[in-house]
Amino acid sequence: MAKPISRDDVAHVARLARLDLTDDELERFTGQLCAVLEHAADIAALDIADVAPTAHPLPLKNVLRPDEPVASLDRDEVLAQAPAAEDRRFKVPRILGEAP
Amino acid sequence: MSVVETARLVRAGERSARELVDERLAAIADQDGELHAFNFVTADEARAAADTVDRRVGAGENPGPLAGVAVALKDNMCTRGVPTTCSSRILEGWRPPYDATIVSRLTNAGAVVVGKTNLDEFAMGSSTENSAFGPTRNPHDVSRVPGGSSGGSAAAVAAGFVPASFGSDTGGSIRQPAALCGVVGVKPTYGRVSRYGLVAFASSLDQIGPFAATVEDAALLFEVVAGHDPLDSTSVPEPGPSVVAGLADGVEGLRVGLTKEFVEGADADVAARVEDAARALEKAGAVVSDASVPAAVYGLSAYYLIAPAEASSNLARYDGVRYGLRVEGDDITAMYTATRAAGFGAEVKRRIMLGTYALSAGYYDAYYGQAQRVRTLIIRDFDAAYADHDLLLGATSPTTAFELGAKTENPLTMYLSDVFTIPSNLAGHPAISVPYGTGDDGLPVGVQVLAPALAEPLMFRAAAALERSLA
Repeated sequence: MAKPISRDDVAHVARLARLDLTDDELERFTGQLCAVLEHAADIAALDIADVAPTAHPLPLKNVLRPDEPVASLDRDEVLAQAPAAEDRRFKVPRILGEAP
Repeated sequence: MSVVETARLVRAGERSARELVDERLAAIADQDGELHAFNFVTADEARAAADTVDRRVGAGENPGPLAGVAVALKDNMCTRGVPTTCSSRILEGWRPPYDATIVSRLTNAGAVVVGKTNLDEFAMGSSTENSAFGPTRNPHDVSRVPGGSSGGSAAAVAAGFVPASFGSDTGGSIRQPAALCGVVGVKPTYGRVSRYGLVAFASSLDQIGPFAATVEDAALLFEVVAGHDPLDSTSVPEPGPSVVAGLADGVEGLRVGLTKEFVEGADADVAARVEDAARALEKAGAVVSDASVPAAVYGLSAYYLIAPAEASSNLARYDGVRYGLRVEGDDITAMYTATRAAGFGAEVKRRIMLGTYALSAGYYDAYYGQAQRVRTLIIRDFDAAYADHDLLLGATSPTTAFELGAKTENPLTMYLSDVFTIPSNLAGHPAISVPYGTGDDGLPVGVQVLAPALAEPLMFRAAAALERSLA
C-alpha cells in the first residue's frame, strides 16, 4: 500500500497536470489529498488481485458507423471561439527553443 | 403547471406556447436574483421557439409531445451560439459551435429551452457552492444549499420557474439535489440518454437525466430524450423504452429490497422516511424484504479514484488553445500552466491532482486498478441482490439540505453526501429520487428506487406508486 502523499509529491503531480499552484494551495492540497487517500486505504488493502477490473459498465466493443463522409463543424465558427487564430488555424505561443 | 398539462393545453390550442413561456420568463426575472438557479436566460431564443410551436399548432401540424414546455438545461450541455460555461472561468464566454443531442431532441419535441442552470464547476461537487459564478440557494430555505452538482436545475423546478429541467449525474448529481429540493430526479441507465454535447467529467459514469415535480412528468421527459444516438459511441444501441404507459400498473407482487447499505449512516429522520416508503409499497402489494449490496461500502473510495482519474484526462483539453480562457506565457508550457491555474477553481484543481496522482507511475495499480476491481465487486453484489429482488430501496442523501458553507472546508465530508448514490453510477444502473415527506427540520427528504440496467419501466412504476401513496 502506498505511503501518504507528501508536499513534494503534490508539487510533482501539479507539474504533470500543468497546474501552477501557489504555496498556499500546495499546503492545503497536501492535507486534503492525504485525507482522501487515507479514506481510500480501505480498498487499497483489499485482497482482490484475482478480480477482473471494470473500465466501463456496458459490454460495447468496436462501435463503428458507416464509412460515409458527413459535414464537420463549421471551421470559421470554431475558430471564432479560439483565444487566438491566424491563417484559419489555431495560434499558439512558441513551442520549440529557437528564436521567434 | 405540469409538463403533461402544459403540453396538453398547447397541443389542443387552448393556451399559446408564447404566453406560457412569457409567464415562465417573468417568474425567473422576478425571483431568480435571490436563488441564482440560472447562469444565463435565453429569453429571445425561447420566445422565438415558442412562436414556432404556436405556428405549428395553428397550421394543424403535430407540435410534439412537449409542445410549449419550458425546459432549463444544466450549463454543461452544449447549446449552439449560446454560452456554455460549466460554471467555470475557463469556459466563460464560450459559445459552442454545435448543439448537444439532448437539445435537438427536446427542441424537436416542441420543448422551449429557457436557459442554462448553475452547477458546481464542471459538475464536481454536492452543493453548487463550487460555481465560479456564486452558489445557488435552496428555494425551501435560502440559507441552505440545493445540493449538487445540478443544483440550479433542481432549484429551477422546485421554485416553480420551469416544469422541467435536465442535469447530469456522475455520482449522484441529479438525485441528491432532487432530494434536497423536494423534486423528482432521474439517473437513467448508463448510455440510455446520449451524452453527445455533454461536457465530459468522468466518461464511464456520466449520464443525463430529467428533473420534474411529478413522476409522470419525469417519465415523459425521459421517454423523449432516451434512445440510441449514433453520435455517442457509448449509447445503448436500442430505442428508449415506453415508461409512461405503465405508471398506473402498481407494484402488486414486486419484490422490493430495503437495502442496508443505502440506509445505514443516514440521519434518523431520513431513515424513517425510507421505512415509511417501504411500508407504503408493502401496502400497495409489493413484497418488501431486507437486501444487501455489501461492496457498496467501498463505493465512495472507488468513486473518488475513478472519477478524478477520468476527469484529469478529460480536463486536459482546457489548455488555452482551442476555446475559452488563455493566459499568455513565454512559451507554450507557461501558457498552459498559467491558463489552467487562473481558469480552474479549487475543487477542480483538487480532483485533477487526485486523478493525476492515482494514474501516475507507481500508484496506478494500488489506486486506480484497485478501484476498477472494486467496481466489479459492486456489480456482482448488485446482481446477487437482484436475483432475489426486482427493485432496491434506500435513501438518496444521508441528510436534508445543509447550510451554505457547512462542508466547504473539508472536502471529504462533502463527498460523503453522495455515499448512497455513487454505487448506481459505478454499476451503470438506473435510479430515481422521489420526494417522500420531510425531516425533523421540515426540509424535503428523497427516497431512492434503484433498478437493474435497462429496467427503467419497473423503476418508474414503483416511483409512481410511492408518489400515489402520499396523495
